Amino acid sequence: MKGYIHSIESCGTVDGPGIRLVVFTQGCPMRCLYCHNPDTWKPNTGQQMSVEEILEEYKKKEAFYKNGGLTCTGGEPLLQIDFVTELFEECRKRNIHTCLDTSGITFNDNPEYLKKLNRLLDATNLIMLDIKHIDPEKHIELTAQKNDKILEFAQYVDKYGVDLWIRHVVVPGYTQNDEYLYRLGEFIATLKNVKALDVLPYHTMGVVKYESLGMEYPLKDVEGLSKEDAIDARITILNGFKDKLIQLKGEEK
Amino acid sequence: MTFNAKWNDAWDGFQAGKWNKEVNLRDFIQLNYTPYDGDDSFLAGPTQDTLTLWDQVMDLTKKEIEAGGVLDMDTKIVSTLVSHKAGYLNQEIEKIVGIQTDEPFKRSLQPFGGIRIAEAACESNGYTVDPEISRIFRDYRKTHNQGVFDVYTPEMRACRSSHIITGLPDGYGRGRIIGDYRRVALYGVDKLIEDKKHQLATSQERMTSQTMQLREELSEQARALAELKQMASFYGYDISAPATNVKEAIQWLYFGYLAAVKEQNGAAMSLGRTSTFIDIYAERDLQNGVFTEEEIQEFIDHFVMKLRLVKFARTPDYNAIFAGDPTWVTESIAGVGVDGRHLVTKSSFRYLHTLSNLGAAPEPNMTVLWSTHLPYAFKAFCAKCSIETSSVQYENDDLMRVSHGDDYAIACCVSSMVVGKEMQFFGARANLAKCLLYAINGGVDEKNKKQIGPAYRAVEGDYLDFEDVKAKYVDMMAWLAKVYVNTLNVIHFMHDKYAYERIQMALHDREVKRYFATGIAGLSVVTDSLSAIKYAKVKCIRDEDGIVTDYEIEGDFPKFGNDDDRADEIASWLVETFMNMIRQHHTYRDGVPTTSILTITSNVVYGKATGNTPDGRKAGEPFAPGANPMHGRDKNGAISSLSSVAKLPFKDAQDGISNTFTIIPGALGKDNEVFAGDLNIASILEK
Repeated sequence: MKGYIHSIESCGTVDGPGIRLVVFTQGCPMRCLYCHNPDTWKPNTGQQMSVEEILEEYKKKEAFYKNGGLTCTGGEPLLQIDFVTELFEECRKRNIHTCLDTSGITFNDNPEYLKKLNRLLDATNLIMLDIKHIDPEKHIELTAQKNDKILEFAQYVDKYGVDLWIRHVVVPGYTQNDEYLYRLGEFIATLKNVKALDVLPYHTMGVVKYESLGMEYPLKDVEGLSKEDAIDARITILNGFKDKLIQLKGEEK
Repeated sequence: MTFNAKWNDAWDGFQAGKWNKEVNLRDFIQLNYTPYDGDDSFLAGPTQDTLTLWDQVMDLTKKEIEAGGVLDMDTKIVSTLVSHKAGYLNQEIEKIVGIQTDEPFKRSLQPFGGIRIAEAACESNGYTVDPEISRIFRDYRKTHNQGVFDVYTPEMRACRSSHIITGLPDGYGRGRIIGDYRRVALYGVDKLIEDKKHQLATSQERMTSQTMQLREELSEQARALAELKQMASFYGYDISAPATNVKEAIQWLYFGYLAAVKEQNGAAMSLGRTSTFIDIYAERDLQNGVFTEEEIQEFIDHFVMKLRLVKFARTPDYNAIFAGDPTWVTESIAGVGVDGRHLVTKSSFRYLHTLSNLGAAPEPNMTVLWSTHLPYAFKAFCAKCSIETSSVQYENDDLMRVSHGDDYAIACCVSSMVVGKEMQFFGARANLAKCLLYAINGGVDEKNKKQIGPAYRAVEGDYLDFEDVKAKYVDMMAWLAKVYVNTLNVIHFMHDKYAYERIQMALHDREVKRYFATGIAGLSVVTDSLSAIKYAKVKCIRDEDGIVTDYEIEGDFPKFGNDDDRADEIASWLVETFMNMIRQHHTYRDGVPTTSILTITSNVVYGKATGNTPDGRKAGEPFAPGANPMHGRDKNGAISSLSSVAKLPFKDAQDGISNTFTIIPGALGKDNEVFAGDLNIASILEK
């Protein structure tokens, strides 16, 4: 099977544990204002690559990946769920650690879909779930999509038992807000399999790409978030996380 | 070799072995060092004296920058081991002493390589060499540079001035020789003199030119050692006997190194592999309560501070080739022994810790001999030092140990040699990209339009044909290899004759293995050019004289740096082919030919001297450094890029392959303050 691939990064160090081969799939239904890969939005374009070709790239460089693995990101990889499933199942056979970096947007409770998803989850070691905004209204404002399916996806895969890393981009004027960050922490606390929390300060490195694509950059008046503010945001999320955990423990008793 | 009974004190507590009967540093180290598996928690910070001295150095550095790059120059005294009396930063508080001249930051006058270059170095900084000194070196004392030009053929001169061979050490010190400075500490100078005299007495007496050269050199070496003792005496030290503690061991060793930089303004004046040697003394002193951890760190800090003060008088041309005036005081740290024990000691940590105690600096060039078998805590410490200072160089010990064993060190940036047993004749670089243009134009230089190479048949027609260009290129490379090796033969003969490294060679064995180093520039330019000719269509654009001066590429082609065998195989072929051509020629003193692909800084200068190339690179644009892919042509990230480089055959580039790798810290991994990493729920609840 072939997939639509935007590009391959041979030295991924921030998309999962260790050094990883990162496959950027083409196509995404989200329109996040801060997206720094707008060239991956359009589906069914880009180069077509087979599972074998990707694994060949991996094999050539596998010495570098012994503490890492392969990550599928995008775009939204779940738009090409059959392809990603085949890729991950082949990885499984070869003992390659697999990581799925997704927004969860494609989730629905159609039994056919769940069957497919379960098959993919069986071949997935780690999901990095990027929760863009905890508030439903604000989520639409930020991404042009609702967040209900995304949160359901989080609960579903959590229950399924796949390890989760939660990622959250802190954007001044959008998600840099103590109430929202705290609520995000509360939500994360309801999940059992969260292994890490990755707070990403918003940066402006995407601007150049918009310029080269002849696109208007939606956040051109927003400055990048400082490291100090990112640390504060993390503390706020963890406060919500902690309070919720204490509350849940109390309820258990 | 016999040893004096009084030295038993100096060696008390050391396990005896072969090193007691012969000069054998490796044996001493292997029998006596203590591998350290722990972490960095034992390290001591800087003492007040260290901070005071370093403030003084920073203040002088500021003044030097304000003065335009040079604070003071010696114009009257020719630098030798004993030319200057003692000089200090602050005698009261310096634990390790010795500087090149009588004042810190005063650059010494070293005209033996060439009086014109010494004069130019002074003049470009607003100083004038004393006329009497100029007269002596013009009228009475021939220099290396003059010797070389007496012998050069017109062809050699033409290659030099058209820059197909560049950076030749024919007017400056060749460097790349590492004296085994540890010998001074372990044996004391008297024993080393005795050893050299013994070597002379047992050398061949049938007076061939080789025998006479060796005998003269051994005498020079013994004389230099006597002067080394005298030099140390100016500082109040008697180094005729072995060092008795770690402070003395560092001081003795440093005097050996200082002597070398007093007499040689070499392109790389590397230190060797000293940290684990020094550690043996440090461990003994710690056990016997002679010194504390803080004191030992202070000695090492002051030693490293001295290494940072090493400076040479150089010309603007030189600085253009080397991007500043690096001294390449490379110190090789860690690695693994042939018996499987790693060579990490507490002093490996202490050396790297100077980067924290004194702050980050490019010199000395701290080089970790990296092995997958190094202890985890040391690897973690290296990573920490790299993150904090960006000042650590890494080299592949697992690769080099196979051919060099476990007591080699790096000279300059990548040249490996067994300390005290091997040395190198540094040989600059041949510009293989320009050579390709000569092949296309039948030996006519694309810039000055002169016939520099042999007038072989130039390419014909509008489009370049791969097989045709390749055949012509092989012929042109064969010519280049011949003139290049012969030029180097001239240089090294004359360097030995007029600017012999007597103190560095005094700290070598008599039978030295000499590497005859060559180098190539433009690897990725040629690879991509040949790939373009093979896989795309390359059209020739000729000037009014019919010389091809530009190219138009139609279509895409595989480029070096993408882990694509179609391009990478061309690169490997190139290295192997040129190296085999180098091997076909006689080398001075039967030097073992090697080549390197490591133009870390001079790639800019080589690019300037080279016209448009068939890969689409425009005239004057820099080459990629070393074995790097051309800038922006590697499309799939760092590992694909590194994989292309890793395919190059090390057996044909034994002097080293470099890949300059710059990355923004965020792309190397998560910031540990933002990334919460493993969520430890218990600890979150405790907060």
